Formats: sequence, structure tokens, C-alpha cells
Amino acid sequence: MRVAGKGLIDRTETVPFVFDGVGYEGFRGDTLASALLANGIRLMGRSFKYHRPRGVLTAGSEEPNALVTVGTGARQDPNVRATMQEIYPGLDARSQNRWPSLSFDLMGVNDLAAPFLGAGFYYKTFMWPKSFWEKVYEPVIRRAAGLGALSGEDNADKCESAYAFCDLLVIGAGPAGLMAALVAARAGADVILADENARMGGRLLAETYEVDGKPGHAWVDEVLTELRSMENVRLMARTTVAGAYDQGTYAALERVLHHTDHRPHGAPLETYWRIVAKRSVLAAGALERPVAFRDNDRPGIMIAGAVRAYLNRWGVSPGRNVTIFGNTNDIHRTARDLLDAGVHVAAVIDSRHDAPLSDDYEVIRGAQVSGSAGRKGLESITVRRASGEQSIQTDCLAMTGGWNPSVHLTCHMNARPAWQRDIEAFVPTPGAVPGMAAAGACNGAFSTAACLREGIAAAEACLTDLDLKALKTTAPLAEDAPYQISPLWAVPGKGRAWLDFQNDVTVKDVKQAATENFRSVEHMKRYTTQGMATDQGKNSNVAALAILADATGRGIPETGTTTFRPPYSPMAIAALGAGAEGAGFKPERFTTSHKATAARKAPVIEAGLWYRPSYIPREGETTWRQSCDREVNMVRQVVGVVDVSTLGKIDIQGADAGAFLDFVYTNMFSTLKVGRARYGLMLREDGFVMDDGTTARLDETHYLMTTTTAGAGDVMKHLEFVHQGLRQDLDVSFTSVTEQWAQFAVAGPKSRELLNGVLDTPIDDESWPFMACGSVSVLGVQGRLFRISFSGEHAYEIAVPARYGASLFDILAERAEALGGGLYGMEALNVLRIEKGFITHAEIHGRTTAYDIGMGRMVSQKKDCIGKTMSQRPGLEEPGRERLVGLKPIGESRELLAGAHLYKEEAEPVRVNNQGYLTSVCYSPTLGTMLGLGFLADGPERYGEVVKMVDHLRGVTTLCEVVNPVFFDPEGGRVRG
Amino acid sequence: MRITCPHCGERDRREFYYRGAAVDLDRPAPDAGEAAWDDFVYLRDNPAGPTRELWLHEGGCGAWVVVTRDTSSHEMLGSQLASEVST
Amino acid sequence: MDRLIAKTPSDGLLPLTVGSVTLSEEDAGVIHSISPFKDQRKAVSDAMKATHEMTYPAANRMTGKAGARAIWFGYSQAMLMGVEPDVSLSKHAAIVDQSDAWTVVRLQGDGAEDVLARLVPVDMRSTHFKRGHTARTLLFHMTASISRVGDNAFLIMVFRSMAETLVHDLKRAMEGVAARG
Repeated sequence: MRVAGKGLIDRTETVPFVFDGVGYEGFRGDTLASALLANGIRLMGRSFKYHRPRGVLTAGSEEPNALVTVGTGARQDPNVRATMQEIYPGLDARSQNRWPSLSFDLMGVNDLAAPFLGAGFYYKTFMWPKSFWEKVYEPVIRRAAGLGALSGEDNADKCESAYAFCDLLVIGAGPAGLMAALVAARAGADVILADENARMGGRLLAETYEVDGKPGHAWVDEVLTELRSMENVRLMARTTVAGAYDQGTYAALERVLHHTDHRPHGAPLETYWRIVAKRSVLAAGALERPVAFRDNDRPGIMIAGAVRAYLNRWGVSPGRNVTIFGNTNDIHRTARDLLDAGVHVAAVIDSRHDAPLSDDYEVIRGAQVSGSAGRKGLESITVRRASGEQSIQTDCLAMTGGWNPSVHLTCHMNARPAWQRDIEAFVPTPGAVPGMAAAGACNGAFSTAACLREGIAAAEACLTDLDLKALKTTAPLAEDAPYQISPLWAVPGKGRAWLDFQNDVTVKDVKQAATENFRSVEHMKRYTTQGMATDQGKNSNVAALAILADATGRGIPETGTTTFRPPYSPMAIAALGAGAEGAGFKPERFTTSHKATAARKAPVIEAGLWYRPSYIPREGETTWRQSCDREVNMVRQVVGVVDVSTLGKIDIQGADAGAFLDFVYTNMFSTLKVGRARYGLMLREDGFVMDDGTTARLDETHYLMTTTTAGAGDVMKHLEFVHQGLRQDLDVSFTSVTEQWAQFAVAGPKSRELLNGVLDTPIDDESWPFMACGSVSVLGVQGRLFRISFSGEHAYEIAVPARYGASLFDILAERAEALGGGLYGMEALNVLRIEKGFITHAEIHGRTTAYDIGMGRMVSQKKDCIGKTMSQRPGLEEPGRERLVGLKPIGESRELLAGAHLYKEEAEPVRVNNQGYLTSVCYSPTLGTMLGLGFLADGPERYGEVVKMVDHLRGVTTLCEVVNPVFFDPEGGRVRG
Repeated sequence: MRITCPHCGERDRREFYYRGAAVDLDRPAPDAGEAAWDDFVYLRDNPAGPTRELWLHEGGCGAWVVVTRDTSSHEMLGSQLASEVST
Repeated sequence: MDRLIAKTPSDGLLPLTVGSVTLSEEDAGVIHSISPFKDQRKAVSDAMKATHEMTYPAANRMTGKAGARAIWFGYSQAMLMGVEPDVSLSKHAAIVDQSDAWTVVRLQGDGAEDVLARLVPVDMRSTHFKRGHTARTLLFHMTASISRVGDNAFLIMVFRSMAETLVHDLKRAMEGVAARG
């Protein structure tokens, strides 16, 4: 019911919206909850477990009941709190967890079964038979219980993430937060003021207090006007600070577009802020708690503070004939506000025997509400006093059990709040979050004047820490009424008295947990699911633990609280991962030849962050094997070209460059001749192989190291660590030049012929023998040439500055094709290297030693190097170790599979008989068979033996002959041309 | 979490790569014996309190940094360049 | 006879204007990394001063001016941009040609700071990051070098191979900022 003359809404602008398919009107400034209440709608949702009809309980982000789904299709947004959803023209909201309709929900039968569905019900009932859990019980339970659903479609809206930095972050823009922000801003601090609501002001918008002699909201507007005028202040409305993290980092979620259906191109729906603040003031206010009594969940029963908020801020009375129940003076404030607005107050039930009386309304002292009645909403309450029970007709009960300071953020770094007796509530422990000060209601200061004072004090303390001087500020004049409370958690009696409205937890459930010895608050929570719904028990946790304390004969401080964790209020994963979907997932690295191979429709594979062509299909080829086999044959018989720019290239210079390389490689590099390259093996300090590659000596003090594509980053980190951490004595520096050079392998019998067509000075065997390297002129451009081979063929790698990469690649491709060769991709490259028994990270996978891969002799005995000592420890060079071998299928099955295990031919293929495994396999068009590389116990001593390969996953068994891993051209004649 | 780089100042943790305990800086002599090498490569303390760790300012200046922090309070107690730590 | 044709890293991707912010490729000319040898930083700086009229930059700073500048690039490295390093430098430092290794772009316009705030975990506001300041940091998932070269202009460098990702990430941030008006 809308109340004339009340509220801060704009009555000149009506806003049409839809709820459950029915059109309604509200005003600009309304939330969905206030607009529905104004339209007389009390039933807004069904509860999670019992599908009980529920109405709105609160007016804020802690709302447990009024959860709705907003939007449809790809824009469907479930579990939106109607109390936070601002209405806009075209808003389409639907109730949840009901079928077929909100007012008639078939699942309501759960409620009739309630005696069987109490705490621990699932644990006790669905134990047997075991196989039923996954197939029968869980799906049924999941269908019956639940909240809103996702659409299953890709999100149509994008979220973004952003960073912000400030001197002072003020969390909450009520009286304490506004005052703190004002004091800090006037002193010149860089201030961010964040508030989760669309309109700043906190309780000053919901109460009828005056500040500084004017209405609270008018004072708020003045302060905001001043703050807005200052360049050192950022106001962030609709922004929930959701988490406090180490070193002054805070997470905040800004709801940018939820209040409109306008979607400018590229606009974020939400922004996930990471705010770094030197200091922060928590001014998060307090949340009012309900009282547990029988059937206290009937639509129409609300928090008293919410009733005042709807009345004063939105001009809505949730009822025409209101009753009020509680244990603080707030109930009398509620009565006065309602009466002033012309709403009838049927009775005020004050549990305190010494409660103040009033001439304007009936006060029933020392009494409690013990029950409620009504079909789809509240029709009457039962009031119990010493003399007996009476029924009072009412359509709205405003209740309060006192206030809980919003201490949540102060607990995010593992601190526990402290119990403060005089207000019967937990307050923050000072210093709980380094750099954060609590002020106002969240600190247990409940009067407006106290909030203003604490805001000033907290800001002044922060300014001192920031070396800024505060201007003298006196707190504006405001009410300073004392807070008088006597504890009231639950009204004794039969029936179900609700604590956690969202997860349907009752007083009885908590008591039962205690009876069954779940006495720790953490155990009680998990047994009953108290506080585990999306509202995280903001309304109910303290009452639940008070009841647990009572049931276990302990005090509340001894019982303690459960752990508050981020986020403070629910947050979409889309916001947390903003920007990282699709192409934003990780950087994509493209070679200079990428466009050329993409134009030839080459499929790509990822190698680290790089994208490399798998194979380059030609007309008429329909399978990857056809392309791959052709490319292999092409390299073996003519010439092939492949982009190898992705291999790590590290420029190493300095007087001690050679000595440094001797220390990181197992073999010697200080003895390498200028103009030559050498294969090198690198170990980790634990003695296992880390990476391999060739390193070229370009000059006396100048080397160029090559790493594997996948290992490039780790090798660079390793080199820097060894230099900075272990060998600062060596004069050497490293620069990655991976990106500077476009480098192409040119391999095959006609490789030199192809190269001499682009080299300004032709080469021959004498000028450029195997493993030679140096500068060359490539079509007028200074480049580098290395005679190295990963295919076993007469091969080179030619490098030019990356700007010329695409151009050189095109020329090489065209000329190679003219010679009868062409491009090859990763598949062919892999086949070529397997045929030659060359290793990759499939073999040096972190658990193999130099000895295992047949390179034990490469660990020089003349010097120390990283990993040498540990590589020589017992066990790493012993007989019986699994060592590199080649494997060829010889039986009926010709199939080899990487990852399959090896057994003796006659052995049963079980774990204890395992003798090794395959790491790389391919079909070799050169040899007309599948080939495998793998590790086999004492492998190199077993050439000629037959072993059995078994792939248990794919059900393949193949007999293999153990052979030398160099399948092709074991003498190495081809590589020397 | 924020880590102070001696070159770049306080930076977001995401700029840093974690290696492990700063024990890695105390490389024994090749002939120091099995026990010393086992300690160096494998054995690590797990203190509830101050601990020295190696972080690489990988998304920044590339310096290896020895960071002392309290594993209980998460307080940052100091940062030093690995190249300037005398071992 | 064939001739090698040069292509820039952001070939075909830029320029791009969204709202009041423009992203364009910057021709930085030749780029060389200067890594002083052991105990040679001052000698390098003196040589640079003598030949290039700029010192070796201090941490997080640039020296020189548009067309010929030195950007601090890491704990032991600076990038000399726009001029060929004098041979005298190579006595004191490892000089490595990096002219083709980096995508160099300019982000300019009102709101450029806001765009960077969406991607960079460092305070890029002019009160904290002034003209002549530079930072090695992240741009979303990429390591980057970011320098302020004007009131609302930044020079951004990432690996050459990541040009597409750079444009993708910046474009998205630019659209988000522009949409807020």
C-alpha cells in the first residue's frame, strides 16, 4: 500500500514492470520488493527445502526469501534479491522454486512431510542401497530443492574487471561512512566511497532522523554534493565491497547495468574491482535480526527496520493493520513512524517487562508473539503473556530481535569477532584486518550521533597513518538515544520456529544437532545447513548459535561463530572471470608465418601459448595421415620448410658467458669454437633432465642458446635464478631474442639448393659444415644460419629479423614447392624426429635422467654443473632403471599407443609386472611401420627381445621388438650431406 | 596479496612467480655430502611464522626477490634482491 | 629476384578508435636492449650521456625524448629506442637488437587511464604515474612495458607475437570505458 507524502521515490515517473507474467506499475526509485509491496503483493517466493510460501523479510542485500529470476534466455539471471533489484521499464521478473505457480506449488507437499525432513535427514535416510545415491536420490532431491536456474546459454552480457587505488577506502555510505569520507577528503586524501545501494545514505534514508537540524536525507545530499565536487573522491554506488585480502586489497562488485535494460555496445553488466587501499574504514552498518517463533515465516512478517525503510524511503506500508514485536526501543520508533504516516498500529508487543508505555498505541509488555495464522499470508498473530494467549488480527508484523553489526569483512583474514554484552551482539576485534578501522553501527555504535562521531574518529586515525592532517571537524547534531535490549532469540513452544529462512532451518533442528552431539558451531552448521544458503545466514547465524549455546549449556562467546568468508554477498562467476572468456583466456602467440599456413587451411595445435600448424593439407588429401606421410617423404626425399621461431632463443653475453654455460649445461661450452653449435643438456638441481637444445657460439663472449618451445619460459627463469641467486660472481647477461628472429628449418637433400637461392653468398660443405653457424645475408637482409638438424636430414635453420619473416617464409615455400618439396607441420616434424630417436618433452618429462635417455656420458666429469651431484646419487644410474629404447610392432596387432605400458611377453599385464611405458609413437612412412619410443627396464641391454605393449584403457595388446631408438640412418650419414 | 619488489615497489602478487624457500640460495659444495644435498634439494621447514621465500618478479622487472613474510599473519616483513643476499 | 618485404607487428590491426581513446601502432625506429656488464652501469650511463645525450635510466624512469629515448626495462636492462647505439656502449654492456621483438603501440585520449585501469595492476593515474615514468608490469595476462609519454598518452610494449591479444584486450577495455560515457 502506497502512503501519500512519504518516501524518496519520484512519483512523477511511473515505471511499468512484469512479475510472474502480470504487469504492474511502480515509481522511479522503487526496488522490485517495494513496488510489489505497493501493489499489495506479499508472496514473493518459495523456500528452498519445504517450498513454504514466503514474502519479503528485509529491505537489503541480506534478503533470504524474495529471490527472483530476472530476464530470459541468454540474459536470464537467477536468485536476484528483489530488495536490491531496481525496477525499470520492461523489467521482467519471475518467482522461483515453484511449480506450476507461486501460489499453488505442488512441491509444497514437502512441507507436509516436514516431520521426516529435519536436520540430518539426508544423511540418515539415503544411505542405502549405496548405488541409489547417484542415480535416484540425488537427482530427486536436487529437483525438489533448489533456487533459480541458469539458462544454459552463453551469457549475452559481458562483465569486466578493473583495478583501483586509493589512500582510503570507505565501505558503506551511511552516517559513519559519509562522515569518514568527508573528513578524509577535506584533508586531501585520495578517497573511494563505496556503497552497495543505488542511493547513498544508509539508514538515514530509511529513518526519520534529523541531522544537523535537517532531514537525514537532506544532510546526505549536502555531503554527497560536497564529495562529488572534490577531485580526490570517487563515489562508487551499487558497489559491494565483498572481500578483504592481504596488504590492503579489497574485492568489490559494481552492478553497472542491472538497473536498466539499456545495453550500450561493449558496456559491462558488472565490474569486478580490485581495490588497493592504504587504509580503509568499514562503515557497513548493522543487520536487524528476526525472532524465532512458531510460523514466523508467513508472508507479511517482516523485520521492523525493513518496515520503516519501506515506509520512509519508498512510501510503502507493508500492511494496513500492523503489529510490532521485539525487544528494543526500535519497536516504538516503528510504531511512531507508522502512526505519523497514518497507518493503523494494532498492538506493540514488547518482550521487556519495563518497556515504555505510550498514549498513542497499545503496548503489551513482557509478552511474546508465539504463533501466526493465515492462508497465503499473515492474518493474525498469537500473543502470549503470563495471563494466557490472545489472538490479534493483523496483516503485517514488524519484528526485531536486535541488531547484528556487519562484522563480516573484519573476519575475512581469519579474525573472530568479540561478543559485546550490552548490545547482545558480536563486534569487530580491533586490528582484525590490518589497516582497517570499523566505525558506526558495524562497530556496535547504534545511535546516529555515535555513528557520526566514530566516522570522524576513524578517518582522523587513518589520516594520521597517512601523514595527512585532518581539519577540525565536529559531529553534526543528531539523535543519541541509548540502545536498550534484553535478549530474545526464540519464543518457546511447539511447532516450527524458523531461523534460517533460506535453507529452512528451525530452532528444533539446531537443538537436535546439539542432542546428536554436533555441538561445535561448525558441526551444527554443516549438519543443519544453517547459514549455508546464498545469504550465508546473515539474518540467522547469531540466533542459531545463541540457541546452540543454550542447548549445550555454554555462553555465546564460548560457542563462537562460524567463519565469515568472502564474498559478502553472492557474486557471479562471470564477474570473477571477467575478460578471460574466449580469446581473453590466455595470450595467443602467432608466428610470422601463421597467416600463410592458415591461408593453406592448416589446422593448428597449441604449443604453450603458440599456435603452430599440425600439417598443411594439399588438394585431394582427406586425412591428416595423408598430409603427414607426404610431408615426411618430402623432407626425406626433397626438401621441407617449417617455422621453428617458437623455440626459445636466448642471447647470452659477457666475459663469463662460457663459464656460465658450463655451469648450467652438463657438457662443456667454454671449449666450443666460435662459429659452431653444440647440443646441450640441462639438469634440474635434483639431477633429472630439465631441457635440451643447441647453443651456438657467435663470438668469444657471445652465445645464442636454443630451448624447447615449451621449456623457454622455465629455462629463462632458471638462468636468471642461477645467475642472480647462485653465481653473481659471473659477468653475464641474458636477453630473450625469441621474438626478434623469425627462424625456419629447411631440411632435406635439397635444403642447400633451396637456401643458396636466397643467400647472397652461396654456401657449401666446406664453408658451412654440420653444426656450423654464423651471419649471412638473406636477399639483402642480415640474418643468421645454423646447420643443425632435428630430422636427421641435411638441414639448416635460417633466421631473419621478424619483420621479414612472413616474406621469407612465402619465398621459401614457393621455391621449395618448385623443387618438389614444400611446407611441413608439427605432425611430420614429430614423425621425423621419432624415426631418428630424438627426444622431446614427451621423453624428458621430469622423471628421466641423462642416464635414462642414453646421455649419461654427457654429464662432464671435468666440472660442476647444476644437477650433477644429485644425478650421481644411488639409484639414478643403477641397473633396472627404465631407459630409452625404440619399439617396433611385430605381431598381429601393428598398433602402438603412447602411454601404454610394457610387460614381458609371457607376463600377466598387471602393475607388479610393469617394465616400462611408451612416450611417443608414430606411423613411419619411411619404414612402413609404426614406431615407438619408450622407457624399458634395462632397455638398451635388451635389443632384439620381444616385449608386450598393453593399453588397458583402449584395450590394445601389441607385441614389440626392442630396438635401438635411432630407427633410421643410425650412422648419421644423411645429416652430413 | 602484495609483494614489495626492491626495484618496482609494492606490486600485486599476480606479477610474481613463486619458487619456494630461500634455502635454494644456499647451494652446497659438490663434495658436501649426501646429507647436505638432501637438505638442500628436498628438506624444507614449514614454519608458522616468519619464513624466507624466493619470488621472481616475472611480470615486472625480472629480479629474483627474497621475501620474508609471516605465514600466520600474512604480514610482509621484508624484501631483498636475491643477488644482494649474502649467503 | 625476390625481395624481403617488412611487416610491422600490428599490421592490419591498427589504428583503432573507440570513444575518445585511440590505439595506434608506434614506429619506434631501431630498438636495442642495453644490459650493463658487471659493475658497468655508470660507465654505460656516461657513454650514453656522451654519445646520445641521455643517461641510463633509473628504475621505473625514462630518459631522452620522443624520437630518441631510453626506457628502463628491468632490473638489468634498458631499451634504447630511435637511435643506433654507439659502438662505445658495447664495451660496457650487452647490446642486443630488439627492433623486431616488440609490438609498440600508443594509447592516447581522454580515458586512456581508465582503459589501463581495466588491465594493469598498477596505479596509472597522472598523480602517481607521471610523464617520464615507466613500469614493467602486466597488461591483463601479458608482460608489458608501459610508459607515460604525454598527459593522456601511453607507450605500450608487449611481445611481437602477442599483437593480436594486445589489440583484443585493449579494444575490449576501450569499449567498456567508452560505454560508460
